Amino acid sequence: MYCVGRSAAMASTETQPAQDAGSVEAGLDALETAAAGRPPLRHTLVNKVLPPVIAIAVVLVAWTLLYPVVDDPSKLPSPAAVGAVFKDAWLRGDLLGYIWTSVSRGLLGFFFALLIGTPLGLLVARVKFVRAAIGPILSGLQSLPSVAWVPPAVIWLGLNNSMMYAVILLGAVPSIANGLVSGVDQVPPLFLRAGRTMGATGLKGVWHVTLPAALPGYVAGLKQGWAFSWRSLMAAEIIANFPDLGVGLGQLLENGRTASDMAMVFEAILLILFVGIAIDLLIFSPLERRVLRGRGLLVRS
Amino acid sequence: MATTLAKAEEAVEHAARIEHVSKSFTTPAGQQLVLDDITVDVAPGEFVTLLGASGCGKSTLLNLVAGLDRPTAGTITTDGRPALMFQEHALFPWLTAGRNIELALRLRGVPKPERRGRTEELLELVRLKGAYGKRVHELSGGMRQRVALARALAQESNLLLMDEPFAALDAITRDLLHDELTRIWAETGVSVLFVTHNVREAVRLAQRVILLSSRPGRIAREWTVGIPQPRRIEDAPVAELSLEITDVLRGEIRRHGQH
Repeated sequence: MYCVGRSAAMASTETQPAQDAGSVEAGLDALETAAAGRPPLRHTLVNKVLPPVIAIAVVLVAWTLLYPVVDDPSKLPSPAAVGAVFKDAWLRGDLLGYIWTSVSRGLLGFFFALLIGTPLGLLVARVKFVRAAIGPILSGLQSLPSVAWVPPAVIWLGLNNSMMYAVILLGAVPSIANGLVSGVDQVPPLFLRAGRTMGATGLKGVWHVTLPAALPGYVAGLKQGWAFSWRSLMAAEIIANFPDLGVGLGQLLENGRTASDMAMVFEAILLILFVGIAIDLLIFSPLERRVLRGRGLLVRS
Repeated sequence: MATTLAKAEEAVEHAARIEHVSKSFTTPAGQQLVLDDITVDVAPGEFVTLLGASGCGKSTLLNLVAGLDRPTAGTITTDGRPALMFQEHALFPWLTAGRNIELALRLRGVPKPERRGRTEELLELVRLKGAYGKRVHELSGGMRQRVALARALAQESNLLLMDEPFAALDAITRDLLHDELTRIWAETGVSVLFVTHNVREAVRLAQRVILLSSRPGRIAREWTVGIPQPRRIEDAPVAELSLEITDVLRGEIRRHGQH
């Protein structure tokens, strides 16, 4: 079908005078644009889903083989014992509660970090004095482990939820702001010139050119900001263990340690890992892919 | 009253008037003169190419006319803000082809209901009907430059500045875009100031070719091209004039090796 249509089109160009630039151009356009479709579902399954499933299976097999060698359930619980702890927590109705306590804290804290980090990043990127004054501190703060903020936050705010949010903010704000700064710094000067010749100057230029051009860097900053938020929150939850605060994943881990219940410790670690990955896979990775793919910056393998 | 009349008359007479313009940059080695006493008038609807080897300051001159930089001496008058097209397409990759054009319309203050229709018209003018929703990276190099041309035309400026817009394209595409540009220039009546280092391209397109010498850029010579359009780059008169201009250009370049 395709071939028939194609040869008919070629025949019609041949009958027209060679001077007709339009039809030649249409032909050249067709030659130079490759058709890109979505890969088939089976392809996605084999290339994206199968490898991590195999990796997890390998880890489980290694764990099962290692368990009789260590032969000490207080050091290495069996996969079945960890599974039983999950099942108990689920049947008691606590499992989702643990997750929700931490995730709601993490996302709310991240949201505040977003509200503060974004204008801060813009200010640092655009105002020379502010950049000279706090730019180096802001990038330096990224390398400070956020757990270091827990002791001062406890002293300032006490053992409560605001202390957790404070730790998240101090961890995530520098990442978000820095992401935006590097995004703005990497805007090609050609775009700014093109914008200026079209009349996009001042605030119009920021809105129509600088901000959208800086979006990939900003999204990368958000992604890193979330990782920092989550890590800081876990540190805060482990250290600031207080019954009134409700049991989040960090507390669960700490409870497992005090009870010397290794299966519970494993449960908590697996949940922390799972939530971190899930939020990234559900929110930040799709966002990043969308931004990059729209600009042709993501090559499909 | 008299002054406004005089101004209006001048606007009709010149799409751009470059008078005794010089430009120097401060470098670590001291002041470097890039453009020296350039005077060029572009009449409404005229197609002028500026031709020169590296270091003739042709891109600098376009930047000055576009208002992106200020001359050290002399004056430049244009009728409104000129549109500028670059060697790289400079389309915004976060917008579709159509949205890129619409942004130019929006920044010019065209009301929203009119934008879509005007954009479709411009896309049709550059023979890209149906490309409205295409992303920039989905277009070929030639198609991108045509969208960039449509975006520049969306500014509805009387003067279109083109900074080696076809230099990065392959020869087949470039030839076709020459035809397109000639057609669009005739259809829209826009004045064009076109910068290139390609002699044949200059002769193929322009009514007037101005040769700039290098370091500093000065006007070396000027030719009026009387060959009727549509021309083709292979035409004998185009080749003949190109040969003459190339000889003068080589003479200019040779002088730099003799110091």
